[in-house]
Amino acid sequence: MVPFDVLVLVCLAYVAFLFAVAFLVERRARARPLGWLRSPVIYTLSLSIYCTAWTFYGAVGYAVRSGLEFLTIYLGPTLVFVGWWLLLRKLVRVGKAQRVTSIADLISSRFGKSSGLGALVTLLCVVAATPYIALQLQSMSLSFAVFAADSSEGWALPDRNATGLWVAGGLALFTILFGTRNLDANEQHHGVVTAIAVEAVVKLVALLTVGVFVVWVVADGPADVFARIRASEIAAWEIQPGRWAGLTFAAAAAIFCLPRMFQVLVVENADERHLVTASWAFPLYLFLMSLFVVPIAVVGLELLPAGLNPDLYVLTLPLSLGREDLAMLAFLGGFSSATSMVIIEAIALATMVSNHIVMPLWLRAARVTGDVRGLVLNARRLSILAVLGLGYAYYRIAGGGAALAAMGLIAFVGVAQVLPALIGGLYWRGATRLGALAGVSAGFAVWLYTLFLPSFGVGVVLPEAVFAEGPLGVGWLRPRSLFGAEGMDPLLHALFWSLALNAGVFCLVSALSFPPPVERVQAAQFVDVFDLSRRTRGWARGGAEAEELLVMAQRILGPGSAQEFFRAEADRQGKEGFLPDTTPEFIDRLERRLAGSVGAATAHAMIGQIIGGAAVSVEDLMAVANETAQIMEYSSQLQEKSEELSRTARALAEANEKLTQISIQKDAFLSQISHELRTPMTSIRAFSEILMEPDGLPDELRTRYARIIHDEAIRLTRLLDDLLDLSVLEHGAVQLQESAATLRELIDRAILASNSIAPEREFAIERDPPAEAVTVMTDTGRLTQVLINLVSNARKYCDAAHPRLRIAVRAQGEAVEVDVVDNGSGIPRESQALIFEKFARLTDTTRAGGAGLGLAICREIMGKLGGTIIYVPGQGGAAFRLRFPRQLPRQVAGVA
Amino acid sequence: MAAPPRHPTFLARRSYRRRRLVDLGRLLPFAGLFLCGLPMLWAPPEDHARDLAATGLYLFGVWGGLIAVAAFLARTVGAGLDEDGEGPGR
Repeated sequence: MVPFDVLVLVCLAYVAFLFAVAFLVERRARARPLGWLRSPVIYTLSLSIYCTAWTFYGAVGYAVRSGLEFLTIYLGPTLVFVGWWLLLRKLVRVGKAQRVTSIADLISSRFGKSSGLGALVTLLCVVAATPYIALQLQSMSLSFAVFAADSSEGWALPDRNATGLWVAGGLALFTILFGTRNLDANEQHHGVVTAIAVEAVVKLVALLTVGVFVVWVVADGPADVFARIRASEIAAWEIQPGRWAGLTFAAAAAIFCLPRMFQVLVVENADERHLVTASWAFPLYLFLMSLFVVPIAVVGLELLPAGLNPDLYVLTLPLSLGREDLAMLAFLGGFSSATSMVIIEAIALATMVSNHIVMPLWLRAARVTGDVRGLVLNARRLSILAVLGLGYAYYRIAGGGAALAAMGLIAFVGVAQVLPALIGGLYWRGATRLGALAGVSAGFAVWLYTLFLPSFGVGVVLPEAVFAEGPLGVGWLRPRSLFGAEGMDPLLHALFWSLALNAGVFCLVSALSFPPPVERVQAAQFVDVFDLSRRTRGWARGGAEAEELLVMAQRILGPGSAQEFFRAEADRQGKEGFLPDTTPEFIDRLERRLAGSVGAATAHAMIGQIIGGAAVSVEDLMAVANETAQIMEYSSQLQEKSEELSRTARALAEANEKLTQISIQKDAFLSQISHELRTPMTSIRAFSEILMEPDGLPDELRTRYARIIHDEAIRLTRLLDDLLDLSVLEHGAVQLQESAATLRELIDRAILASNSIAPEREFAIERDPPAEAVTVMTDTGRLTQVLINLVSNARKYCDAAHPRLRIAVRAQGEAVEVDVVDNGSGIPRESQALIFEKFARLTDTTRAGGAGLGLAICREIMGKLGGTIIYVPGQGGAAFRLRFPRQLPRQVAGVA
Repeated sequence: MAAPPRHPTFLARRSYRRRRLVDLGRLLPFAGLFLCGLPMLWAPPEDHARDLAATGLYLFGVWGGLIAVAAFLARTVGAGLDEDGEGPGR
């Protein structure tokens, strides 16, 4: 027999070893990245805290009592893990994206960062965890008792209460030392997780060793074991379909709803890819843990005296066969199972209690003052003590006689009450805070009434009369047969009613209530976590002072990391120093950083205290929408601008084309004008030379030559007059002579004046005398000049066989339009843009009397008169349209 | 102007195979649920107690099969988790 002292020493040495592991890992984590210590293997092993002392000891007892039913506890989680694509992947992604610190934080964050909901879930988890922790204390006390028992008394058990107290105290100390050393930004505990992984290996090795010993040493291999199974009393077990399905479901829910499982699965997850490995490795771990349960149970039943607690066969079987070394290993395995569970559960619950109960209460009582970190850590230490204290109390009151499995299942059904809100929150955007509150409350109440309180025993908390006749004699409210459901298994009865009411109320209230903006933003964040690459921001107004925020952040994160964070943020904004602009993006990141330490609801409330605006208002959402609208408007403006640019570019290209042509025209004109000047000069010189000759010319010839010289001189003068006229017009130094006249007079004058041009051609002129009776008050001389020019041009250039000229006048309000249209071939399209330019002359010079300045002069005159002259294509010939105001505009007159 | 569709209609053969394997992964828990529920339908023999050993063997066999398929899927699909696994239908 191992002396009790030795046993205690071994335990202490083992704990010291775990302590060293945790300490070294923590130290290494601070020094450099953890490498393999954050590998999928460690992650999978840490998940094994699912297998508590209940698994290690209780599974065998469960198998003795209920055959293969114990498998449901492991098949449920297996299904969840092999189907990780469906749920776990999203859960982990959301947890990381929102920096969730616990399952209460997840629910609270999803439903609008509600502190009330966080507190409710925390309360539920604490109450549900109580029997579970009691279970661990009980199993450890039992296992200690096995060794402590005096052999003369057989397997009788000494005072276990004292042992339970010692164990609870020791575990509280270890948890406080390692779980609350610092306030981690991510709420991750590398050291503890690694120690848990070591414990996972120990318990697996221990159970497998005992199993191998039983199958191959005690029995004669698998065939013999099968024979013994068939012969044993376990074989009489019959599957109960209701319990089989119900327990599988409850275990499947528990694998991610239990606070400690959520802690290792989501909060301590370092990399989403680890989940891929865990999807098969964790079921494999469960498989191996369950493999030898039935053989151990059967062999135990056969060899050990009847009446011995089957929960302890793992321990008592090797002991009774004299293998104390094996028993010691099994004891350490059970010890590992219980300690790892209690430590993580206590850390998870303490985080929840401090973040969702203590901090909100304290925030309500006072503004942010003093060092919050100390307060949070102390709150957690006290919470750990309280959680273990509650577990111990439950163990003292209810645990004494109950089987381990029954206590575990009570906890499973309790935490399953989070399931509707969790699943609804992840997959249904319509799930609301009120719905979650109502659903969880209803489920919690039913669970308390039908399962938790009765678990203390009939007459302990609920009086006997309530069980027999219902509260106040209302029979259909009896806790074991709610609404007349008689004859159901109590556990199944509680599971069924609590979840049915929970889910029903949750859906109904959610559908009937209307969520505020924050909640809707969060709902979209959670449900569409894979679609949203960018987080919608929560803080639209940056009214807070950066300095105040820094002061607060230092209290929570510690001065070093807070300053580092602020400096990085300032750097991101391109600023020097520690105080970034309080942009919504910055505040949003700060809130998430703080949420990693104190939970979403508290972080939100603390920032809200400083900023003033409590949450996202409809106005803020409108602002976001406006921003989007502005961006869209801006982009359409950009598009418009770019179209304008391409229009300008096109105009520029046209202008350039025109310039090039003008330049060519100018060159041509220069040579032309030289020619124009040269021709009359040449003839003047020649004839004057003839006249100068002394021998007398006949008078007739002399007169003729003198006329030629005179005519040529006039031509030169006219050319120079035109050039001068144009130059004067262009430089604006023209004096307008305002006078009144009817257009008929002016047109008469113009036709008369141009009769001298090509007088040999017969011209038909179409006019509309009544329309011409329009009196204009303008520079009639200049206007006549334009008309003469147009009529002359028609006479000169119209190439029709029977030339015809049409002059049409239209009065249009204050303006008058005069069309001068001939029936010639008109002006080619490519030349239409050039005809009003100074040096333009389209046809050869022989038929032209002028130097190509006429239309340019016309355009300048019309501009001075406040009007325009344009070429109108498609009129069956050359068509010019004059448009000018009847009354010479003041400003034009003024300028003139 | 119509925005281009977020997910292409047709995928390369390899991506297509990946998507279908992910679909299989999503179906796996339901297959497991079905297989684990089957023993509920096996009526106990009239004369003697049911064969617990055989039921146990069957359940462990199903369990092992689930683990093997999950491991296979993890090796083939899980490696490129972020490549294009985030298709529609989560």
